[in-house]
Amino acid sequence: MRNRRVGGWADRRIGWVATGMALLGSQVTAQTIAITGGTVYPVSGPRIERGTVIIAGGKIVAVGANVAVPAGATVIDASGKWVTPGLIHANANAGGGVAGLFAYSEQSKQGDINPSFNLAEGIDPAAITIPVARTGGVTTGVLTPNGSFLPGVAVAIDLAGDHPEDMIARSPAALMLDMTDASKGAGGGARAGTLARIRQLFADAIEHDRRRLEFKRGATQEFSASPAELDALLPALRGAMPVFINANRRIDIANALKLAREYHLKLILGGAIEGWQVAAAIAAAKVPVVMEPNRDIPSFDGLGARLDNVTLLREAGVKVVIAQGDPGGERSLRYAAGNAVRNGVSWDDALKAITLWPAEAFGLGLYGSLEAGKVANVVIWSGDPFEFSSAAEKVFIRGRETSLRTRENELRDRYRTLPPAR
Amino acid sequence: MGGIGGRRTTCDREMKMRRWTGVVAACGLALAAAAPLAGQAAEPFKDTLSIDRPQYPSTYRRRPNPPVVIRNATVMTAMGTELKNASILLQDGKIVAIGEVGSLPAGAQVIDGTGKFVTPGIIDTHSHMGVYAAPGTSAEQDGNEATNPVTAEVWAEHSIWPHDPQIPLAIAGGVTVAQILPGSANLIGGRSAVIRLVPARTVQELKYPGAAYGVKMACGENPKRVYQNRGPSTRMGNMAGYRGAFISAEQYRLKWDKWLKDRKGDPPARDLKMETLAGVLRGDIYVQNHCYRADEMAQMLDLAQEFGFKIRSFHHGIEAYKIADLLAKAGTAASVWSDWGGFKMEAYDEILENLALITQAGARGVLHTDSPDGIQRMNQDAAKAMYAGIRAGIPITRDQAIRWITANPAWVLGIDQQTGTLESGKTADVVLWSGDPFSVYSKAEKVWNDGWLVFDRLDKARQYKTDFNLGQTDPGVGR
Repeated sequence: MRNRRVGGWADRRIGWVATGMALLGSQVTAQTIAITGGTVYPVSGPRIERGTVIIAGGKIVAVGANVAVPAGATVIDASGKWVTPGLIHANANAGGGVAGLFAYSEQSKQGDINPSFNLAEGIDPAAITIPVARTGGVTTGVLTPNGSFLPGVAVAIDLAGDHPEDMIARSPAALMLDMTDASKGAGGGARAGTLARIRQLFADAIEHDRRRLEFKRGATQEFSASPAELDALLPALRGAMPVFINANRRIDIANALKLAREYHLKLILGGAIEGWQVAAAIAAAKVPVVMEPNRDIPSFDGLGARLDNVTLLREAGVKVVIAQGDPGGERSLRYAAGNAVRNGVSWDDALKAITLWPAEAFGLGLYGSLEAGKVANVVIWSGDPFEFSSAAEKVFIRGRETSLRTRENELRDRYRTLPPAR
Repeated sequence: MGGIGGRRTTCDREMKMRRWTGVVAACGLALAAAAPLAGQAAEPFKDTLSIDRPQYPSTYRRRPNPPVVIRNATVMTAMGTELKNASILLQDGKIVAIGEVGSLPAGAQVIDGTGKFVTPGIIDTHSHMGVYAAPGTSAEQDGNEATNPVTAEVWAEHSIWPHDPQIPLAIAGGVTVAQILPGSANLIGGRSAVIRLVPARTVQELKYPGAAYGVKMACGENPKRVYQNRGPSTRMGNMAGYRGAFISAEQYRLKWDKWLKDRKGDPPARDLKMETLAGVLRGDIYVQNHCYRADEMAQMLDLAQEFGFKIRSFHHGIEAYKIADLLAKAGTAASVWSDWGGFKMEAYDEILENLALITQAGARGVLHTDSPDGIQRMNQDAAKAMYAGIRAGIPITRDQAIRWITANPAWVLGIDQQTGTLESGKTADVVLWSGDPFSVYSKAEKVWNDGWLVFDRLDKARQYKTDFNLGQTDPGVGR
C-alpha cells in the first residue's frame, strides 16, 4: 500500500529559531556570474528572450535583455535554455531527517501543544535528500512540523550550506495549525472541540501576556499550556508571523477563515481539498492557499476533491502555492506545477505558484523572482521546467553553483553494467 | 458471448487449471458451464464435489459500441512502431485495422485525431482499488488478512468493492485493466484478481474473463514487522515460512493429482490454502512477489527453483537494476515505480534509472503504481523513467517506454495474447490522448475498454460515477 504507508502529508509541518535573514554577509566572496543568451522568466515581469542575469555577492544584480557583462565575470552561455528563479517547495522534507525514513524524521515532537517547537537545529545539511531536491530545481524548502494539531513552526531553508544557520531563509516562517480530520482527537473526537481548544489557547496566550506578574504570583487561573508554549503563539497573534492552517473540508476552511478574522491572523491555508467550494470567501480574505494539484480522491475529510481545484481558486483570484505530497519528493514539484497546467491553470500562474507566491506567503521578500537585489537562487533548465523531457542543468543557490550529483547517481553508475563495478 | 474467441489461450490455460484443481475463475459463462468436465460424466462424485462446480465465475460482458475510426493520429502500437498520420478502426470489441483504414463500416463514428496520440489501454499490475477503497474509513480496510503469515486461502475478489470511487478516476487516466492484489502484511497474502475498469454492481461483472489468478507474496520488512511477536520476525524467518508452506503444498498436490487421475476412493480433503499453493506449483497461478531488495529477489528466485515454479513478476523491485541480468535469465518481470523511494529502509536505494537499466539488461520492465493516485497518471511515470534513462545515456525508445505500461504488464497478467498492443485482432482497449502521452500536459481524452467508450472527457454523460459519488462528490476528472 503506497498511499497509506505515506500517511497524511498535509500533517507534516515545522519549528523556531531567531528570525533569520542573516545570510548574505558570508557570501561576499562568491564570484560574479553572467548567465547569457537564455530565455529568462523573471516571474515578476514578462519573459525576456536572450536575456542576461548577473549574479554577484550572492545576489542578483541585474536582469534584462541589454545588460552588460561585468569584466571578470564567469560567463555561462544559456542559449536555448530556460532561466527561472529557484523553486520554493512549501511542503518540504529535505534535510528534515534521514531520507524519508519516518523513524528518523526530525519534523515531529511528542505531545500535542508544541508551538515553541522549531526544528531548525535538527536540519542535517548532509542529508542525501538535499541534492536530490536540487536536481528538481528546488532551491528553497519550507519545512513544516507535523504530528499534532499544534505541532510547531515552519522554517524556510535554502537547500545548500554546511550548517543549518547558513541555510535559514526565515525562521520561524509560520505557526502551524492542523484543523483536518486528523486533529479531531485533540478536541475530544469532535472538530468543534478542537476549535474550542485553539480559542482557549489563544485567549490564554493573550491573558498570560497581559498578566505575567500575577501569573508568577499564582494569582491567575490555570492556563491550558505552559508559558513557553503560550508565548510562542504571540508572534502569530500579533500578526508578525503567518499562521499556516491545514483545513480540507469546506466547514474547516470556513472555520479557519473565521478564526483568522477573530484574532486578526495572517492566514495561509493548506490542503483545502474543498477550497473551490468557498473560493470567493478565500479570495475576499486575500488568503494564499498551499495545495497539491492532483488531490481528487474523495474522503470524509474532503468529499468534494477534484482535479481542477487549483484552477477554480485561481479563477476566483486566490494566490495558490503549489506543493507536492510525497515526502522526499521535492524534485517532483515542477511536475506538480505542470499538472496544474494540465488541469487548467495558466503556465505563468503555475510558475508563480512555485516561486513568487510561496515567497510572498512565507515572508521571503528577497525570494521568488529574478530581480536586482534578490537572493541569487537561479535555475538553468534544458527546456520547459514542467516537462519530463527537461532537466535542471545548473542550480545556483545564494549565488553559487551547487552540485547536482546524488547518491542515486553513485548507485546507478555502479550497476550500469552487470556484474557491477566494485 | 462476444469477444470470447480471441481469448482462447488464456481460457485454455484456465481449463487446464480447472481440470487439475477444480478451482478457477470462469472463462465466461458458456465455457464455465460446459467445457471442463466433458467426458467425465461417468466419474464418481460428479456434481457432488465443490471442486467440480463453478468457482465465482466472471459475468463480465462486453458492451456494444458503434464502429470507431480515429484518423490522422500518431499511433503508438507498443509493438516497435509509432505510426504518424495513421488511422485505427475499432469494431465489435476488436482492433480491425491499423495504419491505413479502407472503407468504413456502416454507422462508423469518425474521430479526427490530428495532433492526438493513440495508445493501448494502460494496465496496472499492482493496485488495491476496491480492497482499500475510498473514502478510506476503517470499514474499507479489506486488503490484508493479517491474521496469519500464510493466508493463501483468501481471494482479493471477495473483498473488492465495485463502487470504489477511485475506479472512475483511474479510468480517466486511460487505465483499462488492473490486477487487484491483497496487501503485503503476509508472506503469502492470497489470490489477486484481474479486473476490467468498467461500471459494475458486482465484482463478477469486473473480472477479466479467463485471466489466470495471481498469488501475492511479500518479502522483507512488512511481514516481519507485522508478525514480530509470533514470527516470522526476521528475513530468514520469512524464507522458512515460504518453504514450509510450499513443502505442505507439494504433498497436497501429489495427493490430489493422484486422486484426480482415476477418481478412485474418497477424494482428499479440500484445503483452500493448499489449493492456491498447489496451483502455483502446477504453474496455473502466477506468483506476484512484493520484494524490494536485490539480495531478497535472488533468494526468491532460488525458492522458486527449489519448488519448481516461476515468479511472474517482482513488485516494488526498488533494487531490480542490481540484478537485472538474473531477472532476464529467470524470465521474471520487474514491476517498479519511476521515482518513489526512500520511505523505508528497503526502499533506500531507489534510482530514477531503474526501469531503463532493467530494460537495457533484457529483462521485462513494468511501471506499476500501488496507488490510487499514481494509477491516474501512469503515462507521466513512464515518461519520467524514459527521460531519466535517456539523460543517463541509456537508449530507451518511446516504444519501450509505452510497453512499460501496456504490453509488459499484459504479459505479467497473462493476457498479452488479447491486449496490451495495438494490432489487428486484438481487443479494442484503446486510449486517445490529447497530445503526446509523455508530456505533462496531455490527458486521456477518450478510453475504449473492450471496444466500449467507457470515458469521454468531452462528454459528461460518459464520465462514470459510482454509487458513492452520487449526490455527494464530483468525480473529479477535471477539464
